[in-house]
Amino acid sequence: MAKANEIKYLTAIKSDKRVKKYCRFKKYGIRYIDYKDVEFLKKFLNEQGKLLPRRITGNSLKYQRKVSDAVKKARQMALLPYVTDLLK
Amino acid sequence: MNNYELMVIFTPVLSNDEYKAAQKKFASFITENGGKMVAENAWGLKSLAYPIRKKTTGLYWVLEYIAPSDFNEKLKIQLLRDESVLRHLGTKLDKYAVEYNEKKRRGVPTGNEKAVEA
Repeated sequence: MAKANEIKYLTAIKSDKRVKKYCRFKKYGIRYIDYKDVEFLKKFLNEQGKLLPRRITGNSLKYQRKVSDAVKKARQMALLPYVTDLLK
Repeated sequence: MNNYELMVIFTPVLSNDEYKAAQKKFASFITENGGKMVAENAWGLKSLAYPIRKKTTGLYWVLEYIAPSDFNEKLKIQLLRDESVLRHLGTKLDKYAVEYNEKKRRGVPTGNEKAVEA
C-alpha cells in the first residue's frame, strides 16, 4: 500500500470512510432464528421475496445458513411466499 | 428424548369444535406414545402466502413437545393420513431454540428485537 499523499489523482478521491459491515447475530448474541417470526425474516429478503446475499447483509456464514433454513421453512408453511412482487 | 416443535395447517373448512377436536387428537397421540407436551399455541385462521389445495386460508397450530426419537415417524403417518391437515412441519429444537421459545412464552425479550432495529 502506497501512502495516499504520494499519489496524485486527476479527480478528488472520496474521503468519507465506509462503515464496516457486521454480523448482527454475532453482535447481539442471537443463537436461534425463528422461522415463525416473519417480520424478522423479511429483513433478509428483497422485494421479490428472494434471500439477500451475505455481501449486503453482512451475516457470517454460520448465521446466513440459519437464516436461509428459517426462510425455507417459513416458505413451506406458507408464511412467506416463494415468488412475489412488492413484498414490503 | 428430544425437544421438537410441530406446526400444522388444518383446512379452514373445520368448525371451531372440529378444530379443537383435531388438536386434541394429536395432543393425546403424543402423550399416549410416551411423549410430553410442553406448550401449544393455536394461531387460528390466517391467510396463506400462496394457495394450498385451492385454499387461501388455513388454521395454524403450533405445538412444542418432548418425545423419544422414534416417535416422529408414527406421528408423520397420522398427519399424512388425516384429510383435514393441509401441511405440517416438524422441527428438532436445540437448547438455544428451547430457551428462545420459553422466553417468548413468558413475554420476556428474546434478544432478537435488538437486531430488528439495527
